[in-house]
Amino acid sequence: MRKLHTFHGGIHPAEHKLESSAQPSLRAPLPQRLVLPLKQHIGSAAKALVQAGDKVLKGQLLAAAEGMLSAAIHAPTSGTVAAIDFHAVAHPSGLPELCIVLQPDGEDRWLEHAGFDYRALPRDELLNRLRDAGIVGLGGATFPTHVKLNNAQHIQTLILNGAECEPWITTDDRLMCERAAEIVQGIEILRYLAQPADTLIGIEDNKPQAIAAMQQACAGSGIEVVVIPTLYPSGGEKQLIKILTGKEVPSGGRPLNIGVVCSNVATAFAIHRMVNHGEPLISRLITVTGNVKSPRNIEALIGTPIAELVQLAGGALEDANGYIVGGPMMGLEVTNAQLPVVKGSNCIIVKSDKLFPAPPPALPCIRCTRCVQVCPAELQPQDLYWFARAKNLGKAQSYNLFDCIECGACSYVCPSNIPLVQYYRFAKSEIWANERDKEAANLARERHEFHLLRIEREKQDKADKLAQKEKAALAAKAAAATQAQPIPSQPAQSQPAPDPATVSATDAVAIDALRAQVREIAHPEAKHTKE
Amino acid sequence: MLIALLVMSFIALALGAVLGFSALKFRVEGNPLVDKIDAILPQTQCGQCSFPGCKPYATAIAAGEADINRCPPGGEEGIRKLADLLGKEFIPFGEDTAAPKPKSVAVIDENTCIGCTLCIQACPVDAIAGAAKQMHTIIAVECTGCELCVAPCPVDCITMVPLPQTLQTWKWQYPEDAQEKKAP
Ligand code: SF4
Ligand code: SF4
Ligand code: SF4
Repeated sequence: MRKLHTFHGGIHPAEHKLESSAQPSLRAPLPQRLVLPLKQHIGSAAKALVQAGDKVLKGQLLAAAEGMLSAAIHAPTSGTVAAIDFHAVAHPSGLPELCIVLQPDGEDRWLEHAGFDYRALPRDELLNRLRDAGIVGLGGATFPTHVKLNNAQHIQTLILNGAECEPWITTDDRLMCERAAEIVQGIEILRYLAQPADTLIGIEDNKPQAIAAMQQACAGSGIEVVVIPTLYPSGGEKQLIKILTGKEVPSGGRPLNIGVVCSNVATAFAIHRMVNHGEPLISRLITVTGNVKSPRNIEALIGTPIAELVQLAGGALEDANGYIVGGPMMGLEVTNAQLPVVKGSNCIIVKSDKLFPAPPPALPCIRCTRCVQVCPAELQPQDLYWFARAKNLGKAQSYNLFDCIECGACSYVCPSNIPLVQYYRFAKSEIWANERDKEAANLARERHEFHLLRIEREKQDKADKLAQKEKAALAAKAAAATQAQPIPSQPAQSQPAPDPATVSATDAVAIDALRAQVREIAHPEAKHTKE
Repeated sequence: MLIALLVMSFIALALGAVLGFSALKFRVEGNPLVDKIDAILPQTQCGQCSFPGCKPYATAIAAGEADINRCPPGGEEGIRKLADLLGKEFIPFGEDTAAPKPKSVAVIDENTCIGCTLCIQACPVDAIAGAAKQMHTIIAVECTGCELCVAPCPVDCITMVPLPQTLQTWKWQYPEDAQEKKAP
């Protein structure tokens, strides 16, 4: 038995997993319409390659990865591109995003595709294929997989995340029960890419069926299934690494800094489908639960509207009042049922007042430090709250605000019902905005200094030209005078031939003058303070 | 006793000489305080502070000749930062200063523009492209929103348009403001 470690804090919220985990998963029929946001991943939006009116086949590339950090988007079924337009998406801002709208033709006709032998490909080529297949982390963070693996070679530990610690969500659980062998094939590809010394799968002990299935599938492969105690948020990347290896990811660092790569089991499954069957990432398993008639997991095409999935789960019950995309701890509350499922959507919970009563009004912090006791990032949530509330951003940052994983454990235990995480999100986005403003200001300063320099130089040029003209006029006058009284013995003196040495000397003087101006423009305070 | 005194005064003199020498030798070019203040100012270069740009205002603050509450584009946050830097108390905007506005960019109505180049001359960051008798355009990413080009235009074809919110500029709301909005 592997020695397990513990992370600091953690909580035991009501699990609500049994509602959906017992049902076998269902494959959704073709929806009426698919909406595919161009940005479903961390990084820059993909670049659309199709136009409205184009006919496309299932699996066809619709938008290509753009830049270093991006992922491609594919047609989940065959049909016609109805539009490329702004459409509401599940984002806390409520702002619309550019999406490809696809009208299915009902034939579900595949583009020609086939698996390939990944061991025959150079590593770079395999990573490029992952990028072009649109593979991203399916645990929720949607970080492009090819970027994560780019520098991961000969690592110490490869960790597969099957913890699924957030209440209500059971997609990884169902996937492991139903597709264990295929997940293991995907893990083999990850092992081929990262060459780890150890490969571990962490699964919480509340999923006995998944544990059994994975243990059976891993037999003889050298992959170790590790059963960990159920404790939220053990599925957080840093927390799972701590539990399994005892190592801590440094503040502001990445797991790779300590020789670890962590990937979700669903991502491994997607990699297997892509490599061994040639299928890009066009569907995923998603839990539909909460206030619905028959909660279950559904294999849905990316871009399917929430409403159609809720119907497949038996429909929402009477007192339904909105949805949560993601889990109840970290997910996003939405009301629009037409929002599309994206690569990162692992769960849709239909809400009701009975299941999720509105929190009572927040009271002042009583400094009970319960939040400190549960914080898995070992922060001081009550201090962070204090600084964020006072908009004292610098102080919040120096208390490691950016180590907060927004798990919500602190808000969960707070006896004063303070929505602590909202304050942390506010403070983080304020700091990012300040950073952007600072960059813009630096650019403006540079351009302004250049502007002053340019004006000064133009003035100088004008003055020089004027002086030259005057000089020329004087010389002409002098020449006229000498011609009136010709002295044939001294013709050269009146119009001296330009001597290269003198020319460069005057140039040097001019350059010096220009330099002095630049200096003065860059540091005008010396002059201004005297004024 | 006398020796001790002599030794002490010698040491004092020697240290003084070292200090004096290093003050001359390692003198910092320019005025670091002005640069620190300038780093806080938003670089809009709009002149609403009654100085001809951010750096001159920074210079005046450093010299103690101007209050720290004169820059509307910097907002109250800017005053707070200046107060922190200078160890002063926060003061609200004065009566004579304009109220802060949402960040905007100038847009030229290209059909009306007569190509007079007056706006180009007014722009403090060279964000307007165009030549004499040619239609002019504003390079939006470089426009600081200072409004200095609006008044000189003889045909009034420049308008200030507030920047729309995008996913890149969107921010989480202050939780207490968000609640107030939800309550009614
Ligand atoms: S749990 Fe709530 S009341 Fe207690 S210290 Fe933390 S923020 Fe304050
Ligand atoms: S939300 Fe942040 S501060 Fe609160 S417990 Fe989680 S990591 Fe700690
Ligand atoms: S008011 Fe305008 S010119 Fe003055 S400091 Fe602020 S941004 Fe700069």
